[in-house]
Amino acid sequence: MSTRTVEFDDIQGLLRFGYKHQTQASFLLLQVKEREAARAWLASVPVSSAITADPPPDTALQLALSRDGLQALGVADDIVNAFSPEFVSGLGRDASQSRRLGDVGANAPEHWQWGAGQRVPHVLVMLYALPGRLAAFQQAVEAQVASAFDILLRLPTSDMDGIEPFGFVDGISQPRLDWERTRAVRDQEQAAYDNLSCLGEYLLGYPNEYGGFTDRPLLDPQRDPQALLPRAEDRPAEADLGRNGSYLVLRQLRQDVHGFWQFVNAQVGGDAAQRERLAAAMVGRTRQGVPVVTSNGDADAGKDLNAFDYQADTQGVRCPLGAHVRRANPRNADLPSGGPGLVSWLKRTLGFDAQARERDRVASTRFHRMLRRGREYGAAVSIDQALSGTGSASDTGLHFICLGASLARQFEFVQSAWLASTRFDGLRNESDPLLGTREPTADGSPTNEFSMPQPGGPDRRVCGLPQFVTVLGGAYFFLPGIRALRYLASTRSQGSP
Amino acid sequence: MLVAPLAAGREASLRALLVTMNATPGTADPCNAVLPFAAIERLHFARLVVLDDALQVDLDTLGIPRPRLPTVLSFMGDCDGPAHEVLAELVQRAGEGLRRIFAHCEGFGAETDVLAWMQAHDRPIAASYVNWVGRTVRQIKEESALQRVLSASVSRAPVNSAEQARALHAGLRDLVNGEVRAGRLRLTPPEPTPLAWQVAKIAHLLAVPLVGLLALPFLIVLSPLLVYLLRTRESSDPEICPRPQASALAELQVLEDIDVSNQYTAIGAVKPGLFRRWLVSALLVLIDYACRHVFTCGFLARVQTIHFARWVFIDDKTRVVFTSNYDGSHQGYMDDFINKVAWGLNLVFSNGVGWPRTRWLILGGARIEQDFKRYQRRHQVPTQVWYKAYPGLSLHDLTRNQRIREGLENTQMSDAQTLAWLRLL
Ligand code: HEM
Repeated sequence: MSTRTVEFDDIQGLLRFGYKHQTQASFLLLQVKEREAARAWLASVPVSSAITADPPPDTALQLALSRDGLQALGVADDIVNAFSPEFVSGLGRDASQSRRLGDVGANAPEHWQWGAGQRVPHVLVMLYALPGRLAAFQQAVEAQVASAFDILLRLPTSDMDGIEPFGFVDGISQPRLDWERTRAVRDQEQAAYDNLSCLGEYLLGYPNEYGGFTDRPLLDPQRDPQALLPRAEDRPAEADLGRNGSYLVLRQLRQDVHGFWQFVNAQVGGDAAQRERLAAAMVGRTRQGVPVVTSNGDADAGKDLNAFDYQADTQGVRCPLGAHVRRANPRNADLPSGGPGLVSWLKRTLGFDAQARERDRVASTRFHRMLRRGREYGAAVSIDQALSGTGSASDTGLHFICLGASLARQFEFVQSAWLASTRFDGLRNESDPLLGTREPTADGSPTNEFSMPQPGGPDRRVCGLPQFVTVLGGAYFFLPGIRALRYLASTRSQGSP
Repeated sequence: MLVAPLAAGREASLRALLVTMNATPGTADPCNAVLPFAAIERLHFARLVVLDDALQVDLDTLGIPRPRLPTVLSFMGDCDGPAHEVLAELVQRAGEGLRRIFAHCEGFGAETDVLAWMQAHDRPIAASYVNWVGRTVRQIKEESALQRVLSASVSRAPVNSAEQARALHAGLRDLVNGEVRAGRLRLTPPEPTPLAWQVAKIAHLLAVPLVGLLALPFLIVLSPLLVYLLRTRESSDPEICPRPQASALAELQVLEDIDVSNQYTAIGAVKPGLFRRWLVSALLVLIDYACRHVFTCGFLARVQTIHFARWVFIDDKTRVVFTSNYDGSHQGYMDDFINKVAWGLNLVFSNGVGWPRTRWLILGGARIEQDFKRYQRRHQVPTQVWYKAYPGLSLHDLTRNQRIREGLENTQMSDAQTLAWLRLL
């Protein structure tokens, strides 16, 4: 297998950039109205690639398709069904999946504003623009799509200066992608947590952390007579429709900022400093972004806010085990650390090292990373406003977006086995302090607590957490490589060859 | 594990009956009218599964003759004490329900003696794993009640001194003593292991290495040949890992993630030929040995989330059934398998038809993530009825509760131990 260089011109920019300069963004959810017109637009719409531009472009358009979208475009069934099973079955259509992801109670798809029933988007158009440039850009794009698509919904976003609605700096931690492809492609145990991650964890058609490839359609080259598609790296005889693409998850998460701060405030009897500390413990970072595991909550200016792990805090005394960022990325290696030498390694591998076992309930984080590309929406609410019940009454929240090459092993795993789990790392009666549904478990146990281990004595426990975040909609998409997009828009992808 | 072929034309009616036993899809109502599992105090887990021969199509793929195998009902449970006693108790308490179920099987008539019939259909277990040998259902329930009382009553104010910690411990001891006296808590002392069991265990402990020792010279002499046989097979055995049908997957997922624990039942054909047959038999003997004597308190290598697991040969050793009861989600279970014990899975399952390619028996195989995940889902069978005696409790809870009790009863703890104990609450 040759190591090919990365085809930046074929990769959508979102995989490489967060479009931070383009502080204005808007997402359009479209449904195909006229198939031919839709294809024609998709065949020529300018999509920004991952090639760096200096100065940054005024505007950028990114585009993703859902399963229903592929079908509406007339893409052959066998091609659609060769995407990963989670993509094919979609989001919000299967009660088992909803149960797993915590899309129950107020989060249940039957309450969604979009993404379920007749309101499943076909195409997601993401528009990014430098300040002041969005309105005209969006108008132009909407005019272009008007004859081919119905606009199911416009999801506007707000520039909150990198701070999510609860008031915490967001977007600090991201995996670092191995664009240079220096990371060895082989299946090998990693003894330390590393932020560097194989391309194949995010881009389809590249080898991942196991040295393997995740599901995407591979086609007989006869079905691609114009040779639009790249050849598969693992099977050069086949055309790779997935190459340079990714799976994209979009979930609209409404945040109850008033509810959050009023609850936290009530727990600490209105003490401002303690309020900050409790909120930081729930997130795992202070509002300024300092990881609570490395500090006692004071802002350490100039420090790398991402250079830490939880090795020295196995009990969760400094950062609670259930804190949002600790659940979302426990930052551990494939095997708990231990002494040097083969004997120690064998003991840990066979489970005979009791101390290592204590730290081994959660392992191998590197297979469960994701690129987060979400944007805030609604009006910002300050803490004072939240506490006094004033401020905008409109919805505020996060259009959560993440990218990955495996929906099952990345988004779904993190959401269900880590964030929503009531037993994450041996905890009980709690799920993610920000995201939890607080629905009791099947046997009636509560899930609305949050525990903070103390250096001495039993955990400190906060009880009766209300639900702070509600899912309002969501869908799975395929963010194609640009050539794959043109291929899907061509008539060639219909039917058998 | 009981295995009995279904009588012709009775499958649909059996499935309908099994559904009536459930409270939620696949999970038994503990007090259902057919088999009120909860009445059997020593029963941890139980399941009823219908196994067909659909996967035998893989033999066609290999171009070897495919015997038609009957669809069977399989019934199994994990219990404290001798299985035959628990079985007798079950027959006594739920004989009528058992009759209703087994009336769907071949050779079961109105006059059949249920217990004798069940014993006659029992299949030996090739290897079995118990997370914590000797931890009884009663102990689990009593300790869980204890934990709830303690966690609800302990003061959660920071503890600043050792005296304070000791005072807390003493106070909680008094509290529990009071609860016990009032009959609201019970803490039954552990029953001693019967002498016969201990003797059998020691005999087994010695016998297996002895046989191994006897076989060793032959194995050494034969090793080049064995390695040759293994490596040629490993490089040519076909992999059969197509994606499972979406509908089959959905049928499995409906049953999952309702409790903190889940069930897993899978079936597969052993690769043809004596080499694989003997290899897998020998390996299961070794695994059973390790489970009985080494992995007896809380972990199977790095995996700490399996309550019970077992491997059973059926159909004259041409097929193996694997079942387990585990904590967490299916996705988490599979990731644990891949990331923590792929080598262990490969040892056994690489002798199954179609397993992803291994090297040297332990490398590759389950580490080929996508193939492995497809393979295991394709070989998984829906468990029609599944019972767990202590819903809501994970192994982590069981172990913690056990340590809570031990600490409560221990008046000689050091200061550090007392603090660590308080942290468990
Ligand atoms: C409205 C809902 C959410 C809020 C308010 C929120 C908030 C935050 C904040 C403040 C951070 C810390 C900033 C950083 O480390 O970059 C963070 C990190 C993170 N969140 Fe969320 N989040 C939300 C939903 C989610 C969801 C749904 C997921 C995944 C399914 C998720 C996954 C992550 C991950 C992976 C990290 C980085 C952790 C690390 O690498 O240390 N978040 N989130």
